[in-house]
Amino acid sequence: MTGLLERPPGRLAGRTPVRLGPFSGVWRPRVIAVTLTGLALLVLVAAVNIGRGDFPISLAEVLAVLVGGGDEAQQFIVLELRLPRTLTGILVGAALGLSGAITQAIARNPLASPDILGVTAGASATAAAVIVLGGGNGVITGLLSAAGLPVAALLGGLFTAALVYALSFRRGIEGYRLVLVGVGVGAVAMAITSWLLVVAEVYQAAQATVWLTGSLNARGWEHVVPVGFALVVLVPVALLLAFVLGGLQFGDDTARGLGLNLNRSRGALILVAVALAAVATASAGPIAFVALVVPQICQRLVGSSRPPLLASAVHGALLTVGADLIARTALGTELPVGIVTAVLGAPYLLHLLARRNRGVTA
Amino acid sequence: MTTPRLEARDLQLGYGDHVIVDGLNLDVLDGTVTAVIGPNGCGKSTLLRALARLMPTRRGHVLLDGRRIDRTPTREVAKVLGVLPQNPIAPEGLTVADLVARGRHPHQAWYRQWSSDDEDVVAEALSWTGMDQFAERTVDALSGGQRQRVWISMALAQGTDVLLLDEPTTFLDLAHQVEVLDLVERLHTEAGRTVVMVLHDLNLAARYAKRLVAMRGGKVVADGPPDQVLTEDMLRTVFDLDAQIVLDPVAGTPLVVPIGRRHRALEVVAADAG
Repeated sequence: MTGLLERPPGRLAGRTPVRLGPFSGVWRPRVIAVTLTGLALLVLVAAVNIGRGDFPISLAEVLAVLVGGGDEAQQFIVLELRLPRTLTGILVGAALGLSGAITQAIARNPLASPDILGVTAGASATAAAVIVLGGGNGVITGLLSAAGLPVAALLGGLFTAALVYALSFRRGIEGYRLVLVGVGVGAVAMAITSWLLVVAEVYQAAQATVWLTGSLNARGWEHVVPVGFALVVLVPVALLLAFVLGGLQFGDDTARGLGLNLNRSRGALILVAVALAAVATASAGPIAFVALVVPQICQRLVGSSRPPLLASAVHGALLTVGADLIARTALGTELPVGIVTAVLGAPYLLHLLARRNRGVTA
Repeated sequence: MTTPRLEARDLQLGYGDHVIVDGLNLDVLDGTVTAVIGPNGCGKSTLLRALARLMPTRRGHVLLDGRRIDRTPTREVAKVLGVLPQNPIAPEGLTVADLVARGRHPHQAWYRQWSSDDEDVVAEALSWTGMDQFAERTVDALSGGQRQRVWISMALAQGTDVLLLDEPTTFLDLAHQVEVLDLVERLHTEAGRTVVMVLHDLNLAARYAKRLVAMRGGKVVADGPPDQVLTEDMLRTVFDLDAQIVLDPVAGTPLVVPIGRRHRALEVVAADAG
């Protein structure tokens, strides 16, 4: 090596430096190991998921097609039929994992998730309204409502998040109040959703219920593109903003004392988290527990004091695609992926709640 | 004549409709140790928060090195002025070294998060407070006194000339209170820091500060060296406390001996008998 990438022994245990020209940071081998392991598993699980179906394709063949090989039939099945679904799962899961990690760090609360920012509840209520009011009554034709569903969900999610933000703003945003307001607004949106389901025709109610569980069924490239674009833009922004997350973990006074502009940093981070969750929910419906559970698991895996962002994104994708694999193959009938993530996530949530009996640090 | 490091000009502070501090002026000179004392609710912590730009002023302003603090970019302020709030919260699972390293935040950028300067300063701050041996421990596993030393290390790593400490000794036993204040004294004598702290213990305030500022009802009622401020009259008017002042046999500073109800009665009896 040229010695350009400096990694001196370091004067402090646990904070070995990595330096390259003007760039410097702390060498955190566990973060890197957890992220890379997650990435390797993700490729494996995604390939298995793509291979499974009425026309099974082996793991090796799937990987061959992905790098440009395989015969025409395999290429069609993998690239046109199955890859978009798995890719949607990967992107949606990554967006949810990252969004959850940011939300938990800002709220200083491991039980926080983008759900408390109102995104999910708002998107759900809007989507249910489009399906129920739009489908049967001829207000919007069926085709238009189907095409407009993700857009409507996106707008509904963003609008509700803006409402939560506005209602909890009092000379700045404070984590605790944000959580409380979010829970309240979420309850209202959920009541609207329930009402819509009750008044709906049976067919539309069933359709809405599938959407509300979160599903990757019949996802095509048109679902991949928006969430892919959102991640390309928002992941770098999130990683840049991560620099202030360390300071935001302290109390407000300590953070301000360190020269952080609290309102600006928090506002920008909330915006990123909301946008990620809204795009993810618009693409696949509210897939439960990914945003809540994954950052907490990753935090324990890397042994840090806050959820690691990149690792949460990778493992969010892994959990979502893994759950989709189980949903598609385990029980014969194809289940919505949200049911599996909920079944996997709920016990973990209970475990977390039980462990936090000694009191939640605000 | 040198300009003060920190000045309060005609400050009015409050929350909602409630005015807590009104018309307050204060100069803090370079290289001094000032203790703000006063009864609960007199506005001393509010004053400290305003001096640290942690709360907005309603009237008047705070000047840091002659510049209005609310018009100076907060990162620039953070390179000159550090603050240790009352009962700071450390996130669970954070190690001592990581916490102290956060003190470098105003000197860092997203691409420069652990320069060799950062490393040197943090290592020095830790060895200075004797916490280097605990570098890899998590903060929640430490005792109260050790934790306070960690926070002081962080303030030290921030590398600011001026330090504001809000009751740095609360919840500590006497031995650890003395330990923390010894550190503060070394900050002043060895590291040349300018310190303003809010303290509850009058005897320790008299011992460790060269200047006492006594507040009551949001106003400064006495200001000067401890032997001029800590008088029996002042204690009666500011704290509603009957006390005698004796000379601290160790430091030669004033020592407050409160009288209390039973002994006040005895005093009266003794006076009658005499």
